[in-house]
Amino acid sequence: MDSSSLLQYLITGLTLGSTYGLTALGFTIIFNTTGVINFAQGEFVMLGGMMSVFLVRVLGVTVPLAVPLAALGTMLTGALVERLAIRPVRGCPSINLVIITIGVSILIRGLAMLFWGKDTHVLEPFSGDQPVMVLGAAIMPQAFWVLAISVILLTGLKLFFSLTTQGKAMLACSFDPKAASLVGIGVQRMVMLSFMISALIGAVGGIILTPITMTSYDKGIMLGLKGFAACILGGLGNPFGAAAGGLILGVLESLGAGFVSSAYKDALAFIVLLILLFVKPSGLFGQKDAKRV
Amino acid sequence: MQNGYNVAYRRDMFWLAGFFTLLMLAPFCMPNNYYLTILILCGLHAMHAVGLCLLVGHAGQISLGHAGFYGLAAYTSAYLSTTLGLAVGLSMVAGVVLTVLISLLVGLPSLKLKGHYLAMATLGFGIILSILFTETVDITGGPSGFVGIPRLSILGQELTTDIAVYRAVAVVLCLMVWLSFNVLHSRIGRALRALHTSEKAAQAMGVDIARFKLFVFVLSAAFSSISGVLYAHYLTFIAPVSFGFMFSVELIVMVVLGGMVSVPGSIVGAFFVTILPEFLRAFENVEVVLFGAILILCMMFLPDGLAGGWNRLWSRFRRAVHE
Repeated sequence: MDSSSLLQYLITGLTLGSTYGLTALGFTIIFNTTGVINFAQGEFVMLGGMMSVFLVRVLGVTVPLAVPLAALGTMLTGALVERLAIRPVRGCPSINLVIITIGVSILIRGLAMLFWGKDTHVLEPFSGDQPVMVLGAAIMPQAFWVLAISVILLTGLKLFFSLTTQGKAMLACSFDPKAASLVGIGVQRMVMLSFMISALIGAVGGIILTPITMTSYDKGIMLGLKGFAACILGGLGNPFGAAAGGLILGVLESLGAGFVSSAYKDALAFIVLLILLFVKPSGLFGQKDAKRV
Repeated sequence: MQNGYNVAYRRDMFWLAGFFTLLMLAPFCMPNNYYLTILILCGLHAMHAVGLCLLVGHAGQISLGHAGFYGLAAYTSAYLSTTLGLAVGLSMVAGVVLTVLISLLVGLPSLKLKGHYLAMATLGFGIILSILFTETVDITGGPSGFVGIPRLSILGQELTTDIAVYRAVAVVLCLMVWLSFNVLHSRIGRALRALHTSEKAAQAMGVDIARFKLFVFVLSAAFSSISGVLYAHYLTFIAPVSFGFMFSVELIVMVVLGGMVSVPGSIVGAFFVTILPEFLRAFENVEVVLFGAILILCMMFLPDGLAGGWNRLWSRFRRAVHE
C-alpha cells in the first residue's frame, strides 16, 4: 500500500469518525445524567441533516443561516422529548425508559418519512467541491469543515463542563444524582439540559456530514448504532472515550473499506469491536467498576 | 414453602392448558386465511419472546442479537433443503443444531460482559450476521431474498394447508412454554432468581452463575432457531430485512411489554406487537407514527407491562365485587 492512499483513507475515516464521536458524545451525556441509553440519538443526527436540507432546498435559506437553525430545531425536539416522554415517568426502571426512547425513535423516523418522503436528499458542500491535494491525497473541503467544527464543538463542551456553573452541576449529577440534589442542583433541569445538548451536538454532526454521505429519513438507525458502538468502544460514560471511540471506529471502517472490501466494512468494524470487548470488557478507556455487595 | 411452590406450578400448568385450548379453538373463529397467517406469525414471534423472557426477565441478560440466531437457522435450513436438496426435516434439525452451537460459541465470551456491554456484543454479532445474509449473494440470494424453499414437512408428510402449519406451530409453542415453566420451577429457576437479585450473593452461596447464564442463553437461542426454521419453511421465502437489528429490538419490546418476568405476559406482548401493525395498516403512511406513539404510551401508562396492567385491573374488579 502506498502512503498517499493510506492518508486518504485515514482522513476519510477521521471525517466519518468525528461524526460518530459526536453521536457517541450525545449518548454519553444523556447516559451520565439519566443512566439510560437514548435510542433516539441517531434520530437527532438524522433530524439535523434533514432539517438543514429542508431549510436550504425548500425554504431557500442560505447555508450559514440554515445550519444554526436546524441545530436549534433539533435541540427543541430534544427538549420536547424529555418533557413529554421522559420526565413524566422518572423513577421507572431504566429498561422502560430505554423502550420509550425506542418508541420515540420510531415516532420521529415515521414523522420524518411523512413530511419529507422516502427520498435521499443532498446538500451542497459548504465551500465548493474542488478537492485539495495534501501529500498526494485528494481531500474534499467538506472534510476540513467536519474536522474543524467537531474540534470547536468538543472544545466548547470541555469549557462548558469545566468552567460554567451549569456544566459543573451536570457533571455533579453524573457522579451522584442524589448527592447533587442534596446540594441544591435541580437534577430534573439537568436531565432536560442533557437532552438539549445531546440533540444539539447530534444535529451538528448530522448537518456537517450530510454534504458527504447525503441523508434520508432512515439514516439515523445506522448512525445511532455506530455512535453506541463508539461509546462502548471508548468505555461507557467517559466523554473522552466516546470521542476517541468514534474516531477509531471511523478509521477502522474506512481502512476496512479501502483495503479489504467495502461491502464488509461495517462487519469488520464490529468484529474488531467484539474482539476488543472480549479482551477488555469495559472498553478502551472505561473504568473497571467495582461494585459493593 | 414446598406447598406454595406446587400451587404456583399448578397455576402455571392450568394457564398452559387454557392457552393450548384457546390456540386450538382460535382457527374456528377466523373468517379467512389472512388471519390464520397472522396467528402463525404471532406464534413464531411468541417463541422468541418466551426464550427472551427467561434470558432478559429472569437471568437479567440483555440480548440484541436474537434476530441473528433466527436468521442463521432459517438460512441454514433453507440452504440445505433447497440448494443441497436435503430432506426438510433433516435440514431443520441441522439449522437448529448449528445455531445452538454458534450460540454456545458466542455466549461463552459474551456473557462475561455486563449490562450495556453485553447488549453491544450481542448487537454487534447480530449486525455481522445480517451483513453476511445480505452480502453472500451466492448462498443467501442477497437483499432480494431466498426463494423456492420447500414447505414444512413432518416425518415425510408435507403440511400443505395453513391450518396444519398453524397446529404444528401451536404445539411447538406450548411445548416451549411447558419447558420454560419447568425450568423456572426447578433448581435452575431458583438460581436465576437469586442471580437477578444479586449476582455476587448468589455466587457466594455457591450458585455457578456462569453456567446458568450460558444455559439460558443457549436455550433462548434454541427457541429462536426453531422459530427460524419453521418460518423459512412456512413462508418458503426469506429476506435479510426480517432478521435485522430492528427485529431484535422488537423482540425486547415484546418481553418488556409483557412485564419482563411473566411468560404468559411475554406471549401477550408478542401477539400485541405482531398484530398491532396489521391493524394500523388501514392508516397507510401514519402506521409507523402510530406504532411509535402507542409503544411510548404503553410504557408510560403500563410500566409493568400489559400483564401487570391486566392484573391491576383484575384486582380492582375483584375488590369492587367483594364490597
